Amino acid sequence: MDNIAGTKPALSWAVNISVVLLVVLWLIPTVGLLVSSFRDRDQISATGWWLSPFPVSQNYQAKAPADDAEINGGVNVITGNVFEDGKGKVARFGGKRAAPTEFKAGETAQLTKDRTLTVHSDGSYVYTSPAEITRDPSIYYAASSPPEFSLDNYRTIMASDNMDRAFINTLTVTIPATIIPILIAAFAAYALAWMDFKGRGFLIALVVGLLVVPLQLALVPLLTLHNKVGIGQSFLGIWMAHTGFGLPLAIYLLRNYMVGLPRDIIESAKVDGATDFQVFTKIVLPLSFPALASFAIFQFLWTWNDLLVAKVFLPSNSESWVMTVKIADDLLGSKGGDWGILAAAAFISIAVPLIVFFTMQRYLVRGLLAGSVK
Amino acid sequence: MSPLFQGMLTILIGVGGCVGYFLLSNLFIDKILFRPVALDEASVLKRRKIGLAAVVILLVVLATGVVFMLGDILPQSFVNILITPVASIVVLGQWLGGAWGVVLVALLMAALMIFSPWAWLPKRAVTLGENINRANIIRPWLFLFPALSALSLYLLYPVVGSFYRSLFNRSGDDFIGFGNYSTMFADTGFQTALLNNFLWVLVVPAGATFLGLLVAQLTDRLVWGNIAKSIIFMPMAISFVGASLIWKFVYANNPDIGLINAIRDSFGAAPLDPLQLPFWNNFFLMFILVWIQTGFAMVILSAALRGIPEETIEAAIIDGANPFQIFFKIKVPQIMGTIVVVWTTITILVLKVFDIVYTMTGGNFGTEILPSYMMSYMFRDDGRATAVAFVIMIIVLPVMIWNIRQARAEMK
Repeated sequence: MDNIAGTKPALSWAVNISVVLLVVLWLIPTVGLLVSSFRDRDQISATGWWLSPFPVSQNYQAKAPADDAEINGGVNVITGNVFEDGKGKVARFGGKRAAPTEFKAGETAQLTKDRTLTVHSDGSYVYTSPAEITRDPSIYYAASSPPEFSLDNYRTIMASDNMDRAFINTLTVTIPATIIPILIAAFAAYALAWMDFKGRGFLIALVVGLLVVPLQLALVPLLTLHNKVGIGQSFLGIWMAHTGFGLPLAIYLLRNYMVGLPRDIIESAKVDGATDFQVFTKIVLPLSFPALASFAIFQFLWTWNDLLVAKVFLPSNSESWVMTVKIADDLLGSKGGDWGILAAAAFISIAVPLIVFFTMQRYLVRGLLAGSVK
Repeated sequence: MSPLFQGMLTILIGVGGCVGYFLLSNLFIDKILFRPVALDEASVLKRRKIGLAAVVILLVVLATGVVFMLGDILPQSFVNILITPVASIVVLGQWLGGAWGVVLVALLMAALMIFSPWAWLPKRAVTLGENINRANIIRPWLFLFPALSALSLYLLYPVVGSFYRSLFNRSGDDFIGFGNYSTMFADTGFQTALLNNFLWVLVVPAGATFLGLLVAQLTDRLVWGNIAKSIIFMPMAISFVGASLIWKFVYANNPDIGLINAIRDSFGAAPLDPLQLPFWNNFFLMFILVWIQTGFAMVILSAALRGIPEETIEAAIIDGANPFQIFFKIKVPQIMGTIVVVWTTITILVLKVFDIVYTMTGGNFGTEILPSYMMSYMFRDDGRATAVAFVIMIIVLPVMIWNIRQARAEMK
């Protein structure tokens, strides 16, 4: 590319560097949460996720058992090891809660009332006191533990928090709400693209207008209607709502695509005696597969990620929560500080859309372009 | 019944019902109603009679529908008059033999109704060709019927229904005119939400379009451009709730968790909660939506940039334009139309998104926007909630009109 007039190597460097910066900026938040979802709860609050490959230094407290005290040369002495399994490395220690890391490992700390405490880096300690030791003295120390990555957060959230139920609920909402509108919209789009009748222009304008009607407007009247008809807040209600809300985009996308199909094929089929129904099912529908796929992806992502419709049209109890509602209404409240669990929950809910996104990106892009660029 | 099983059943019934409807209705108009044969005057008259009877029944059913929808508003005596014919049909059916009798009578009525088009057709003999043409006039509406009824029930009716509901008080019993609107506009919470919403509408589309254009231009000739685009496009697949959680983590107060405070900490500054900074917290929330939407803008603008004719750029290079001049004076003017489309699309999205504010701050610390303000009244005061929704609708209206005009211009 260097030999093309109008490009300079310096500029090319600048472009590369700025794109790298943007990509990193875009990726960092997600990576941060992903890394945290595998980390241990205590390690998350001890160091930032960007330090997660390194050992984590944390403060602990141990009790030296007073029963082990021996009298040695006129002083009471307790010896032992702060690590139960004997593994670990003490960096600093202290004898007071107020200053838990006052001394370096190996030093001898002078405590109040002539007591002394020595903690070595392997965890072994010697505690001395001229008076009799009646209560277990506390030893505070900072030890570094190796980085721990595990699937524990995922296990916890799936096993104990009804998240598996929420996952299945999301799936239950999403699949019918994706399939049904496609079929209805395909027929309507064919009529708007290839059939000539009075009022076609008006109907297309109507669909374009309905594309932007704010969803909020539909919530109260439709919920009232559903309650009156007896559907109430239920899966049937949310399927119907998603179908209705998805239709304008579906009709618009599919019509835009179908209009672009070659006129010759359709006309020659009609000349050969095919009815509109046959033209639709045998020619237009198979040819429109890319548009159908791109709408299906859109509708899938939108219903999977939706919070608003699920909050209004599904009952608010743990049996029927979908994942977005579960995270927003339940986990953020009850597990507010438990970042490992929250991160794992977020990634369980993000995983499926991300897989769909990366495998079907081609269709998604094509659909976006059909929807907005002519 | 487990919801999953119910879902499978719904798919089967939905898909089967749709396909069956289209197949049967097309067969019906082609083979029965407007069979492609010539008809003499006597048989046309016979069909016409059935058709007229059908129209009467159709009107009765429609009336019942009206009673059902507006039953609470109409006076009771009127309701009784409208319901009587239907009630008598049901009684007749039950007399014939319980539930199956009702089904039978209903089917008979449906069969009658199907002939209703003949009630309007002239009383004369028709040729084969005329019948085919008549079938072809009806056919588009057969194709459109399910979509149109779903659209009108789920999107058109709510526009009217919401406005109507917003004129009533909290319980929906008393008509209070524009009372909900006047109390709402006097509420400081609503004023903040309105002001914030205008900020969102200004900042988010501008930010996302600008960044999208920047990325589209920068990655245009890059060897690894497609990978970069994929990564920047990725947040589009993440739910607003997921994205909020991701950013809540970045904004966390603790410097050992939140990246922002970690950076502040390394400069020796005290940790602060970005979500509680008055006024500026709005921008931290907006950035989340910009982060999500930049990918969308990038994809569309990058396609538009590719569509620019090479000759115009080559001519500019030969004339000695530098890269910045090429971008701002040659490329941007040529894709202005697409930029406007992206801008308006994101603007409309901004007016729908309540998830981010709801999960991040719950509308506290002066970050309320209209959609989240509405959600706080949903289930509590439907009158107020619908009034807010209608205000959102009014804000969207100019964009809607512009979109429709644009679509009509394209069709011509």
